[in-house]
Amino acid sequence: MTPVWLFLAQRLTALILAPLVIAHLAMILIVADGGLTAAEILARTRGSVGWGLFYGTFVLAAAIHGPIGLRNVIQEHTPWRGRSLDAAMLLLGGLLATLGGRAVVAVVGEP
Amino acid sequence: MIRPARNHPGFWAFVAHRVSGVALVLFLPLHFLALGLALESDAALEGFLAATEHPAFVIGEWGLVTFLTIHLAAGTRVMLLELLPWRDTRKGLIAFGAVLAVAVGAVFLVRAG
Amino acid sequence: MPQRANQTVLDVVTWIQRHAEPALAYRFACRVGVCGSCAMTVNGRPRWTCRTHVSRVARERRLRIEPLRNLPRLKDLAVDMTPFFEKWQRAQGRFTPTRTRAEPMAAVRPDSAPRRAADAGIECINCGVCHAACDVVGWDPDYLGPAALNRAWTLVNDVRDGDRHGVLKAASAGGGCHSCHTHGSCVEHCPVGINPTAGIAGLKRQSLLDLVGGGLP
Repeated sequence: MTPVWLFLAQRLTALILAPLVIAHLAMILIVADGGLTAAEILARTRGSVGWGLFYGTFVLAAAIHGPIGLRNVIQEHTPWRGRSLDAAMLLLGGLLATLGGRAVVAVVGEP
Repeated sequence: MIRPARNHPGFWAFVAHRVSGVALVLFLPLHFLALGLALESDAALEGFLAATEHPAFVIGEWGLVTFLTIHLAAGTRVMLLELLPWRDTRKGLIAFGAVLAVAVGAVFLVRAG
Repeated sequence: MPQRANQTVLDVVTWIQRHAEPALAYRFACRVGVCGSCAMTVNGRPRWTCRTHVSRVARERRLRIEPLRNLPRLKDLAVDMTPFFEKWQRAQGRFTPTRTRAEPMAAVRPDSAPRRAADAGIECINCGVCHAACDVVGWDPDYLGPAALNRAWTLVNDVRDGDRHGVLKAASAGGGCHSCHTHGSCVEHCPVGINPTAGIAGLKRQSLLDLVGGGLP
């Protein structure tokens, strides 16, 4: 990946994430009232295609955005760079997508 | 000691953007694992969420909510500066982001506390 | 040392060399803010010393004068500018002519958008202050830095240049414009009021347009 492609991926995912984060924050503030329960969450999400798409997109964009950002941080503040760093960041992206996908299935899928 | 050449709002906005970004990407796997508890059973997720009522958890959540707001605001500013042909550094947006993060954090604490 | 009205930091350095430390190495030429050779770190900030009044920067009558950061020190206050100028070359910060001297001069409208963009960055005097102020230059030895990229941006906007696409490619390669994180330290410190961050943002936008096929106008 050349720098311009990584830059494009980072900014595109940021543009996708921004409105999702605003919605996520709004929801946190609304439901934070006196703590939240699993019943409340699952009643909203179970079987909902809309929330499935919302969180699915959220997870995928974050799984791309996070590792690209972390790669910059590591390159600038540690001597680690090159193929092993790229491989580690790809692995991190895969991990985030897998764990995130699993979480979406957990709260959206019907048991 | 902060180097004098660095001591300007643009640098501090960068520090906040970077620290919050690293914190969020490290937190994400834990967030996903916690939600994944619903795969086991609704009760497993319920049990975990009950444990998060503890003040230590609420403080941690407050930190994450604040970090998320900071990262959103700082990232939006960077993209506005990069993608639009502006000639100044929009320091007003840094102040706006800082106020927004404090406000969102405060609302969260009031409602969750 | 004697205090004088309108005394500059360069005056101080010169006085020290003439009266206290004859072996002191430092660099200057024009003394009036044109040549860009006298930049040093003054009380922690990179500055052009010939146009910096002592009265404006001395804190409690103390001055701490150091060589520029992010460049190898040769001796005392003189740094090796070679890496700085090598990066200008790597960014293809040089004009590629399309006409010979026998041909008439190109007519460029001063109010056209590309010319105005180029004009905004053209007054750079290569002093290296932005290079020394930039955090990313310090963290990533490959990063071309604000001065070289600002130069590249002026060329990308110079319709007379014969290889604007080559400049854009050079400025978008590894260590190029995408490494900039928009701290704005270069803007804070540029003595002639250039905004390299805005030029680098322009390169980023242009590189994206190039990617989707729009390329240069």
